[in-house]
Amino acid sequence: MFNLIKDTLLSQVVTLWHVFSHAFVKADTVQYPEEQPYMFPRWRGRIILSRDPDGEERCVACNLCAVACPVDCIALQKTEDEDGRWYPEFFRINFSRCIMCGFCEEACPTYAIQLTPDFEMAEYTRQDMVWEKEDLLISGTGKYHDYSFYRVAGKSIKGKDKGEALNEAAPVDVRSLLT
Amino acid sequence: MTWEVGSYLNIGVILGLVIFIAAMLIWVERRLLGLWQERLGPNRVGWFGLLQVAADMIKIFTKEDWIPPFADRMSFVLAPAIIMVVILTSFAVIPFAPGVGVVDSNIGILFVLAMASLGAYSVMLGGLSSDNKYALLGALRAAAQMVSYEVFMGISLLGVVALSGSFNLREIVIAQSDGWYIFPQFIGFVIFLIAGIAESHRLPFDIPEAEQEICSGYHTEYSGMKFGMFFVGEYLGLVLIASLLTVLFFGGWLGPAFLPPIFWFAIKAFGFIAFFILLRAAIPRPRYDQLMTYGWLFLLPLSLLNLLVTGAIILVTQ
Amino acid sequence: MAKIVIDGVSYEVDPNNNLLQECLSQGLDLPYFCWHPCMGSVGACRQCAVKQYLDADDKDGTLVMACMTPASDGAIISIEDEQARSFRADVIESLMISHPHDCPVCEEGGECHLQDMTLMSGHNYRRYDKKKVTHRNQYLGPFINHEMNRCIACYRCVRYYDDYAGGTDLSAQASHHHVYFGRQADGVLESEFSGNLVEVCPTGVFTDKGFSKHYVRKWDLQSAPSVCVGCAVGCNTTPGERYGSLRRLVNRYNSEINGYFLCDRGRFGFDYVNSEQRLKEPVRLLDSESRTLSSEELAATLAEFSSSRAIGIGSPRASNESNFMLRCLVGDENFYSGFSDTEHGAVQSIIELAADPAFHCPSISEIEQADAVVILSEDVTNTAPRLALALRQSVRNKALSLAEDCHIPQWQDAAVRELAQQQRSPLCILSSYATRLDDVASDTVIESPRVLSAIGFAIANKISATAASSDGGATEGYGELIARVAAQLMAAKRPLVIAGTTAGDTDLIRAAANIARALQEKRGEKPVDLCLLVPEVNSMGLGMLVNKENTLGRALEKLSSGAVSHAVVLENDLYRRADSGVVDAALSRLDNLMVLDLLDTPTTAKASVVLPTTAFSEHEATYVNYEGRAQLSFQVHRNHSAAKPAWRWLNGDQECDVETMVNRCSSEAKGFDKLGQLLPDPAQFVAGMKIPRQSQRYSGRTAIKANLNVHEPKQAVDSESVMAFSMEGISAQKDAAFMASSWAPQWNSNQSISKFQEEINGKLKQGHTGTLLIKKLADSGAYLQAESAYPDVSKGSLEVVLAQQIFGSDELSARSNSIQERMTDPYIGISPADAQAQGVQHGDMVSLDGIDAPVVVCIRSKMRTGVAAIYCGNGEINPHALPETISLGKSESAMGERGIRGLIISDVLEDY
Ligand code: SF4
Ligand code: SF4
Ligand code: SF4
Ligand code: SF4
Ligand code: FES
Repeated sequence: MFNLIKDTLLSQVVTLWHVFSHAFVKADTVQYPEEQPYMFPRWRGRIILSRDPDGEERCVACNLCAVACPVDCIALQKTEDEDGRWYPEFFRINFSRCIMCGFCEEACPTYAIQLTPDFEMAEYTRQDMVWEKEDLLISGTGKYHDYSFYRVAGKSIKGKDKGEALNEAAPVDVRSLLT
Repeated sequence: MTWEVGSYLNIGVILGLVIFIAAMLIWVERRLLGLWQERLGPNRVGWFGLLQVAADMIKIFTKEDWIPPFADRMSFVLAPAIIMVVILTSFAVIPFAPGVGVVDSNIGILFVLAMASLGAYSVMLGGLSSDNKYALLGALRAAAQMVSYEVFMGISLLGVVALSGSFNLREIVIAQSDGWYIFPQFIGFVIFLIAGIAESHRLPFDIPEAEQEICSGYHTEYSGMKFGMFFVGEYLGLVLIASLLTVLFFGGWLGPAFLPPIFWFAIKAFGFIAFFILLRAAIPRPRYDQLMTYGWLFLLPLSLLNLLVTGAIILVTQ
Repeated sequence: MAKIVIDGVSYEVDPNNNLLQECLSQGLDLPYFCWHPCMGSVGACRQCAVKQYLDADDKDGTLVMACMTPASDGAIISIEDEQARSFRADVIESLMISHPHDCPVCEEGGECHLQDMTLMSGHNYRRYDKKKVTHRNQYLGPFINHEMNRCIACYRCVRYYDDYAGGTDLSAQASHHHVYFGRQADGVLESEFSGNLVEVCPTGVFTDKGFSKHYVRKWDLQSAPSVCVGCAVGCNTTPGERYGSLRRLVNRYNSEINGYFLCDRGRFGFDYVNSEQRLKEPVRLLDSESRTLSSEELAATLAEFSSSRAIGIGSPRASNESNFMLRCLVGDENFYSGFSDTEHGAVQSIIELAADPAFHCPSISEIEQADAVVILSEDVTNTAPRLALALRQSVRNKALSLAEDCHIPQWQDAAVRELAQQQRSPLCILSSYATRLDDVASDTVIESPRVLSAIGFAIANKISATAASSDGGATEGYGELIARVAAQLMAAKRPLVIAGTTAGDTDLIRAAANIARALQEKRGEKPVDLCLLVPEVNSMGLGMLVNKENTLGRALEKLSSGAVSHAVVLENDLYRRADSGVVDAALSRLDNLMVLDLLDTPTTAKASVVLPTTAFSEHEATYVNYEGRAQLSFQVHRNHSAAKPAWRWLNGDQECDVETMVNRCSSEAKGFDKLGQLLPDPAQFVAGMKIPRQSQRYSGRTAIKANLNVHEPKQAVDSESVMAFSMEGISAQKDAAFMASSWAPQWNSNQSISKFQEEINGKLKQGHTGTLLIKKLADSGAYLQAESAYPDVSKGSLEVVLAQQIFGSDELSARSNSIQERMTDPYIGISPADAQAQGVQHGDMVSLDGIDAPVVVCIRSKMRTGVAAIYCGNGEINPHALPETISLGKSESAMGERGIRGLIISDVLEDY
């Protein structure tokens, strides 16, 4: 009986007391916008598309971000340039739907899509929340400075032939029995 | 114009004040929640954010008041009005101070209980007429919860009635001149407190609304002023329960003479309101089945026992 | 039936199969690569290892390859065994050591068997840090991409391409971990079935080139079960759409028809649906000015046409519903066939013969069981390509029976092939020119049509003397062959006779019928397989709807006589059906010509009213294939122009949905009474919910149209179909009848189909295989007599036979981009002797008398002297304008851009 009262009634009273005691603690609130909060680099705010260290678009239009997105607010179409690189013909994010979950960034195999600490995303018209590739693409590498997907991938592009990617041997000569 | 119980002036002032206080509670609650959660709460509009209520009002009045095409229009419109009306009417029998009140009814307690049961209709109609699965679930929960808790709410008061020998609230207050009923009726008080919270579906017993589970429950489809009425209705309920607790267990307006009686009433009632807000800040919502089990298997026997013991003691002492 | 125990659970299995196949049949997950349901086992990849125990007391067990172990009675195996598991994990790890980091830029990603199996086998971290082997890719033509780095050396590609499809230009090269799968040098993959490599290869080595250009992942495609409209076989397909354009087309399993494979015409020839040249608006053409019709004008025009006793001309490429609706509009007696006159006659006799109880028209899967085949001058590779692939399997029945004699299980693919070497079941091809099946034929006769039909009649006569005899002179020198073929057919378990309409000689059909009838007479009760081919997707349907007398010739005659003022042409280019002069004469007399079509044609240019119609993927429709099998094809996506299904235009304002149309056709048209059975049974829908056309992973829903308006529109509602244009509803995971593409947990590739089959290679669970419409008569008919008249070939002129091309002879697919890259200009194939006599060289341009366009000379070493095989291109030459015999004239014009360089025929001499 005592235990029951301790577990039910007393614990509630203790809880109440603890919460009440917070009345005497200074508030944590940051007085935005007069006071600007520190935003951590991995904060999940506005989404951008980054470029690789060579300044080329990182996104290879693999569609993985789009399929990972729980609200389906990413749409894109793959196309290919003369160099053999895949890239998105268009890449659209409907920020009025985005819930900033970061799944797209998790899914992206090339570090192309990244969430940034920019959270000031309000617009006066909802239509302005729809961003195209031109709006999303930044000129830098974002959070990941050194990664370039095509230096690792086996697909050859202009300037990186077969066998020149990371950990690759020179292409096999099928006519030779010597190697 | 005269100032006596039941005069138009009296009625007007009470009505105005009650609604004003209920509205101001929007601000008070948010500031207090902030205080206890190490935040500030609304502090931008007006001095200490006091005009937040005004801002909210403007917003709520100018918002699109949308009635879903699939809803049952009549009952959809009626539902929020019911809750406002029944709670405001309940205030009629509350004795705020000597000479302050709307009526002195012989059946004051019964009247309050009756009005409280009518409140269930508001919630049910709102939920049913919305034709939305969340609203329906909310309405079902509300109906079950309110009907159940009404039972012990009534029974828990019987001790007080037995002690004072009256259903008239003003007489009950006067009967407490020798000592507040909180002492002899502590158990009745606790049960009434819990049932009162459940009846006004305030946190932690806001199971009919439970945002995380069923969106917003019975008022999911409401917007604009109709939503506002549900919203203010909840605060009115809060004030009502606080007033009742004051009247029934804490001697109403009684208090040392250095303050006028109405102030004593206000201080006590505000104490309860603050306590309710603290509850909201501190205690998580139980599960629906826990709530029901707790009510029927624990509170009901306890309240019956309380009644029995009170009766026995009265019988013996008289 | 045998009982085996797998992981402690006992199963009833077929002892004639291997363990892998039976595990999959039971719905168990066991990884594999080199085994293919249609190609048996070779045990190359070692991925399917399981533990086998001697008996219940054996606790150690032995690792065996499930695909190489028979499911013999009493076998006790374990898939879950720890050692088997770790073995499989090690195998996949070593298969992956050189695999590139390519998934994001790999067209296979998301439907990759390798991805699935890697996951299933539990390999998820790369430990190997040495250098990866790399390869250079090859150019393989307009259809297929090559990315050799992704190969895991399962050998499926060469086993399919060489062994199954009879290709010669894809091979396994080099050795050990350098093994390379490709051609000797860059170049177009020659096989007409090369597209199946995309689905056969479990990795992204061979991928669909056209799809890659506008690539999206499998889960983003909106798709529905469809039927190929490339020829009369009616293969089942899954077209996929995204952002308003049709992106690709893949095989959809149908146990009776196409099984796992399509031909390249069907797979790559859908792209005309996206063409810029699609007709978009209803227009009135007046004095070469065109004006869009308003809806009132349209209604008035339709009313005018229906009240003026117009003539209607149907189409073999239009659905049953459209043809039927036109027939309703103009009336039975005014509904004319859209075939050429010869073809009309041939189709009518085929329909008659189909009802004969002596014959059975075999499905593709039945054709694969034939063990003696004679083809009477039908170039199946080019007119019904999937059937040619089936014939390649039929000649293997000899090998299978040899294997049976030696107690080698049929799924032991390498062993069976080793045993049989070059021994094949008899296949005799009678043709006017060398065909692509000659390499597996036991006898090939290349002769003029007169001789071919005479040989045909003679074979029948040889089998049964009651059959009509033939012109002895013509068959001179072929006596031995005739006797041999007759004996082979008589000795076979399941003989098959094939003929068709495209050779343009109805006598061949009669001869084929006689052979089959003679076989039936001699062999007794069972009907004999007689496969009579028609050329287009709904040739049979149209043939059944039109009156026998209502030939196109009659219609044109009536038009040129001025007896009628109005005519409606349904999805048909008359300039492909009759001599241009005759068509011109008929159409010029006409005041009002309404043409319904999806692309502009010479006929739409003559119309006064043109109504745009929807393409196969844009409407729900039924078609009847060569067997008389009706199939339902669902709408995949919407057409956003004003185009409508033709029957809807013809129906005017009356509200009507496809189901009603099909039911109406079923109850009103003679012979179509079973058509209604194709319609989905409403009882199978859970709570009335539709079947989604989009997968559960369909992405971008809230962004696709956000650039137009951020407020999302309501999901498009398909009020007509049981399928929804969204991902809402309950997908056909259990009922394969509505399953566009298969998917099962852990099985994202097309291999997941095994989860939906009753047993491997068997029927789909509750799956539709179509409905056979033809009703057999009670009595069989009589032997037929030769009727055709053949031209006398004077010296210096050549007898004309028509040649077909898989890429080009079909009107619609010929307007697809990738197909056009494989098309050639019209050519005339002549023997070296004739070339010398005429003084022309290979590649010269010559003019034919009476024909405007010049043609390229193609010297074919096997051509008969005095016979010229003319390929008319895609409408460049009107075959009906060709005289029966022809002489060549020099032409000054230079060879066109295409020329005949891309021609893939067996007997073009290399050094020409
Ligand atoms: S953050 Fe989440 S919701 Fe937003 S685009 Fe990425 S995946 Fe979608
Ligand atoms: S996941 Fe990354 S690479 Fe792939 S489409 Fe999205 S942004 Fe581009
Ligand atoms: S073949 Fe499969 S595993 Fe390999 S890169 Fe392509 S998708 Fe990835
Ligand atoms: S190319 Fe594909 S099918 Fe051929 S061996 Fe390699 S992985 Fe297998
Ligand atoms: S599937 Fe059995 S060894 Fe390859």
